[in-house]
Amino acid sequence: MGEVQLRGFGWRHAGRRAWAVRGLDLQIRHGERVLLLGPSGAGKSTLLAALAGLLPEDSGEAEGTIEIDGLEPRKARDRTGILFQDPQTQLVMARSGDDVAFGCENRGVPAGDIWPRVSDALDRVGFPYPINRPTAALSGGEAQRLALAGVIALRPGLLLLDEPTANLDPAGATLIREAIARAAGPDTTLIVVEHRVAEVLPLVDRVVVIEPGGGVRADGAPELVFAAYGDKLADEGVWVPGFRATPRKATVAATADLVRTEQATVAGRLPPVSLAVGAGEVLAVTGPNGAGKSTLALLLGGLLAPSAGRVTAFGDKRPPHKWRAATLTQRIGSVFQNPEHQFVTARVADELALGPRRLGRSPGEVGRIVDELLHRLRLDRLAAANPYTLSGGEARRLSVATALATAPRLLVLDEPTFGQDRRTWLELVALLAELRDEGHGIVAVTHDADFTRTLADRNLALGEAAPDPLPRRLRP
Amino acid sequence: MNLVFETVADASAPLARRNPVAKLGAALLFTLPLVVTLDPVTPGLALAVELAVLPLFGVRLRVLARRAWPLLVAAGGVLLSMLLFAADHSGDLLFSVGPLDVTTGVLSAAAGLILRIFAVALPGIVVFATTDPTDLADALVQNAKAPARFAIGALAAFRLLPLLGQEWRMLTLARRARGVDAGYHPVARLRLFASTGFALLVGALRRGVRLAVAMDARGFDAGTPRTYARVQHFTRADTALVAGAGLTCATILTVTIALGLFRPIIG
Repeated sequence: MGEVQLRGFGWRHAGRRAWAVRGLDLQIRHGERVLLLGPSGAGKSTLLAALAGLLPEDSGEAEGTIEIDGLEPRKARDRTGILFQDPQTQLVMARSGDDVAFGCENRGVPAGDIWPRVSDALDRVGFPYPINRPTAALSGGEAQRLALAGVIALRPGLLLLDEPTANLDPAGATLIREAIARAAGPDTTLIVVEHRVAEVLPLVDRVVVIEPGGGVRADGAPELVFAAYGDKLADEGVWVPGFRATPRKATVAATADLVRTEQATVAGRLPPVSLAVGAGEVLAVTGPNGAGKSTLALLLGGLLAPSAGRVTAFGDKRPPHKWRAATLTQRIGSVFQNPEHQFVTARVADELALGPRRLGRSPGEVGRIVDELLHRLRLDRLAAANPYTLSGGEARRLSVATALATAPRLLVLDEPTFGQDRRTWLELVALLAELRDEGHGIVAVTHDADFTRTLADRNLALGEAAPDPLPRRLRP
Repeated sequence: MNLVFETVADASAPLARRNPVAKLGAALLFTLPLVVTLDPVTPGLALAVELAVLPLFGVRLRVLARRAWPLLVAAGGVLLSMLLFAADHSGDLLFSVGPLDVTTGVLSAAAGLILRIFAVALPGIVVFATTDPTDLADALVQNAKAPARFAIGALAAFRLLPLLGQEWRMLTLARRARGVDAGYHPVARLRLFASTGFALLVGALRRGVRLAVAMDARGFDAGTPRTYARVQHFTRADTALVAGAGLTCATILTVTIALGLFRPIIG
C-alpha cells in the first residue's frame, strides 16, 4: 500500500506554455517518508495534486505515467489523503466531529464505524475539545489539526502534506508536526512539501529535490542531499537547515518620535499599549496569536480608532485615523499580512502608480517613481502582469513597493516574512535595513524569531491571548 | 464574527425536536394558502394559531420580538404608505389630517397586509430558530432525498459566510492604506463600494475553489453511495405535524369562506 511510481511524468496546465513538472522518474516504497524540495515554481504542489488525483484530465496535458499501487491516481483516491495549507478552506461542517465524519460519509464507511473512527482520529491529532466544538471557534492551529484528523480518519496509505504549517504561528506549527508524527503510522507513506526544512526533518527519512526545468536533481538521505546540494538550494530560496543571517542593527540612535501611543486600547482586541517609534529604528511586535498584534498594526497605521487612550503622529493634532487617506499615505505606509487585500488595479505598474497619482504628482514624476521601485524590488519583468497572478514572494515585494511609492516615513508591516522563501526573506531584510538606515521608522508585527534577531532594534512583546471570546454553541 | 446566535428556542421543546424537513413542510403548507386571500381575517386567525403553538416550539416571546424587529419596521412602512397612497377610500370616514382621509376601508386593507406579513414570516422564523443548519441539510438529504451535492455544498458555503464580513473590513482598511478613500463624494463612494465588492467577490471565488478541491480530495460527490453519520428519522409525529398544519390551514380558510369574508387575490 502507498507505493508511488513515476516514469517520465509531466504535467502542463491548460493554457500555459511551460510544463509545471516534467521528466520525473521516481519510486517511493511502502512506508517511506519523503520531503519534496525545490525552488518555488518547481511544481511541487502540482505533483502532490497529481498524486492526490486532483488534476482533472481536461485541465491540462499529461505525459509519462504516474501510479499509486499500480493504479492511476484518480482511481486510487481512496488510498490517498492530502492536507493543504489553509485550514479555513478545508473545513466543511459547523461542528468538529461532523467535519471528521464528512470524509467517512463520502467514502461510504458503514454508519456504525464512523464515530469510533472519528474519535480515534481526533485522539491521534491531539484535538483538545469535545466533538461538538464549533469549527468557527477554533484557532488556525486547532483547525489545521482537525483538518488532519479528517484526512487520517480515511486511513490513507499515502499521506500528502502541502505546506501544512505555512499558515500557522510557530506554536501551532509545532503541534501540527507532532500530530503528523503520531497520526502517520509505519504503514503510511508520507510525502511532504515544506519550505521550513529544519523543522520537518525529524518527520522524514528521504529528501527528493525536483529541478524547475524538469527531472529529479537529488534524491537520498537528508544529510547526503544537503551536504551535496545545500548551498545551491539555499541560493534558490530553500530554507536548508543551519541557516544564520548576519544581524543588521541600527548604527545610530533613533531620532524624533514619528508615532506615539498612550494607553491606546481597542476594546476586546488590544489591551492598553504605550509606545513610541522614532525615525531610524525597527520595532518588532511579538506575542502569541490573539494578543492583538495585528490590531496594534492597524492602530499605528491610522486605520483603526482607539476605543480609549491616544495615538499621535507626525506632530499632527488630529489622530492618524482621522486623516484623509492621501495625507495618511504620505506619512504612514501599511503592508498587510495578505498582499492581495491591498491590490486595487489590474497591472503591477498601475498598482505602483496609484498612490503618487492620487497625490497629484505629474505623469513624469509618477513614471520615475514606478521605474525606480520596479527596479529596486526586482519587479521589472512583471510590470504588465496582473497582481493576482504573482507568486507569494513577488506579491509580498509588490505590496511593500506600493507602500513605499508615496514615500512615507513610517512603515507598519504585518508578518512581512510569513511563508516567504529564503531568498525573498533575505531581500526583505536587506531592504528594510536600508530603509531604516535612510531614516524610516519601521514597525513589524512578527512571529519570525530569525527576523527579530536579525533586524529589530527593539522588541515589544504583547501579553497572553485573551480568553476564547466565542460562545459555545448549546447542544442538547 | 460567527453564526452562533443567542438561542431563541429551547431545543428540547416537543415541536422543536421534530424533523427539520417536517417543520419546513409544515411551515410551507401552513403559510401558502395565506397568500391567496386579501381579507384580514384569514391571516388574523393564522397568526393567532401561530402564537398559540409558539410554546410548543420552545420559542421565548421576548427574544423572538427582538429578532423580528425588521417585521415591525416593515409593518410601519406598510401602514404609512397605505395611509398616504391608498386608491380605494371606501368605508366610513374616521378622521382627516390635512389632505389625508382615513377611512375604515383603508385601515382594514392595511391591517390585512400587516397581518399577512406577520403570519407568513413567523413560521419561517420559528423553523430556522429551532433548526440547526447541519440537521436541516442532513434531513433534506436523508428524508427529502435532496442531492447531497447541493444540500451539503450549501452548508459548506454557509460556513464561509462569516469570513466575508471579516474580509470586507480588511479590504476597506487596505484601500484606505493605499490612499483610496471617497470622502463625502457620493459617486466616489459608489465606485469605491463597487471596487471593494469586486475584490470581495474575487477572494470569495478563490476561497470557494480551494474549499471545493479540499472537499473533492475527501471524496465528496465522487459517485460512491454516501453513508450517514447522523441519522435523521421521519417519524409518525413528523407526519402528524405536517398533516396538522395542513388541516389547521384548511379549517381557517373554511371559516373565512363560511363567514363570506374570503377575497381571493385572483378574480
